[in-house]
Amino acid sequence: MEKDKNFVLGIFDDEDVLSQAVRQIRKAGIKIHEVYSPYPVHGLDEELGYRRSRLPIAAFLFGLLGTILALTMQFYMMKFDWPMIIGGKNFAPIPTFIPVTFELTVLLSAFGMVGVFMITNNLKPWGQPRIFDIRSTDDKHVMAIDLASNAALGKEKIVEVLKTVGATEVNNKNFED
Amino acid sequence: MQVTSPVREPLVTGGKTYKDVTNDVSRQVEGKPSVAWLIGLAISVGALLLGFLALAATLWEGIGMWGLNKTVGWAWDITNFVWWVGIGHAGTLISAVLLLFRQKWRTSINRAAEAMTIFAVICAAMFPVIHMGRPWVGAYWALPLPNTFGSLWVNFNSPLLWDVFAISTYFAVSLVFWYIGLIPDFATIRDRATGIRKTIYGALSFGWDGATRTWMRYESVSLILAGLATPLVLSVHTIVSFDFATSVIPGWHTTIFPPYFVAGAIFSGFAMVLTLMIVTRKVFNLQDYITIGHIELMNIVIIITGSIVGIAYITEFFIAWYSGVAAEQYAFVNRMFGPYWWAYWSMMTCNVISPQLFWFKKIRTSIVATFVLSLVVNIGMWFERFVIIVTSLHRDFLPSSWVMFYPTIYDVGVYLFTFGLFFTCFLLFAKFFPVINMAEVKAVLKSSSEKVTK
Repeated sequence: MEKDKNFVLGIFDDEDVLSQAVRQIRKAGIKIHEVYSPYPVHGLDEELGYRRSRLPIAAFLFGLLGTILALTMQFYMMKFDWPMIIGGKNFAPIPTFIPVTFELTVLLSAFGMVGVFMITNNLKPWGQPRIFDIRSTDDKHVMAIDLASNAALGKEKIVEVLKTVGATEVNNKNFED
Repeated sequence: MQVTSPVREPLVTGGKTYKDVTNDVSRQVEGKPSVAWLIGLAISVGALLLGFLALAATLWEGIGMWGLNKTVGWAWDITNFVWWVGIGHAGTLISAVLLLFRQKWRTSINRAAEAMTIFAVICAAMFPVIHMGRPWVGAYWALPLPNTFGSLWVNFNSPLLWDVFAISTYFAVSLVFWYIGLIPDFATIRDRATGIRKTIYGALSFGWDGATRTWMRYESVSLILAGLATPLVLSVHTIVSFDFATSVIPGWHTTIFPPYFVAGAIFSGFAMVLTLMIVTRKVFNLQDYITIGHIELMNIVIIITGSIVGIAYITEFFIAWYSGVAAEQYAFVNRMFGPYWWAYWSMMTCNVISPQLFWFKKIRTSIVATFVLSLVVNIGMWFERFVIIVTSLHRDFLPSSWVMFYPTIYDVGVYLFTFGLFFTCFLLFAKFFPVINMAEVKAVLKSSSEKVTK
């Protein structure tokens, strides 16, 4: 069977039933492709065994870049390129560099992190999402299980497990291309 | 199943289900515009066009069209600038600071408050640009561009330059924060829509699919953006206050300005959020989402910040006396009893006395009283900036140059233009964007609504 084509979908109404279900299904040895929710369900990422996002590191590094760029720019302009005495201050008045340094740190950190977020999630204006069930942006949680990755268990078994853990509906979804 | 807390009031009333949240919020976007909305838009666009005449005259003839004179070089322009920036503080405060403090009630008001922030900052940023006189010749001087554009680099010692960085960073980060929150809701609308609307909201939703992995990163991004925006929001008005505090004008040269300006900004921002929300919830029928509980909590923020502002006024006065500096003492006595006494006492009444009425539970849970008082606070905060700017300038160091400031119709017109711009933008937002953050409201629904828990 081809991978990433044929799915069994478990539809859940309630976030707590869903979290329990995810735990039981993983315990039963079924690999979950992904769960699609209309809102963030707390703790679901841990149940699914996802590693913590490394976006904070990206934010920190971009922030650091902002700090370095801001300080370099200000020292270059005010001390090296065209030194001038302004208000009797010395050529490199560090305290007065703090506001601009802070702002550029925040700016680069925010934009860098959001840029990484967009790229890792493949979010772009012309992006076409693969929608398993249209209700997953409305009021249902949709659990997608790839049949190819669970070939050993067989479809009937998966459907049976999904029903016992509290899925309100179990559907098939096949992607042609 | 989760149990509804017997202690806490539900955040969303009316026993809403997830489906109801989607329907109630998307209905505004999908339906035909209401008559009230069309009337509102007509008035706003009218104000925009009328104000544009004054703006065009100012740009064509120069800022001599305004009532400024040799002594009073800053008046309505900078007053309006500070007023709008102040209003622009509530949105990020609600979405960032309240997120860090895990105040879940923010979920139904943060979207509109952030939109308000963005439009208010656009209005604010117009004034420094216009008051340059010929912005097409001079606006780029505020940017650190190489010598060939001007004669020198920009001066990084100047708070006016810090302001350029602060306001543009604040605008950019707020915009991103707001838009990241909008993406999941655009996806919800996309999945309900057909035809051209599906294409437009599809593009706006950036191909969002709601996968847990995506939500996990979304939460991470929201938290860090909140962490970045919190010091940012405090820095912006601090730097605005430096524009005054680092000068040597009596009445401006005070170290209390940064905290006092930040408190004032939150105060006026919450007042404007209340003004807009009370109308929006009524027109769009969102009383179950923006409840009396929300209004009461915002009123409590108004009491706190209003009291801080009041204490700041009194402290400022005390320090002027205690400093022993004659010029400083004169500046403050002149504020209270000089020719602009009416502006000072309007400010005191609107900002210090009237918010104290919110100590009464009856008043802070009354929609009419809140609406009226929110307008009073908005007016008071405009007078605060007018008092600080104009009364400190109009009697300067030489009595021979003492004057009064009289606004011209062009001063009023440019102010009207920003009102038109603000309300036009807000009305368009309220119609075509989801006014309430559906995804975040759904996330807090379970612990707060009886029907879902059953």
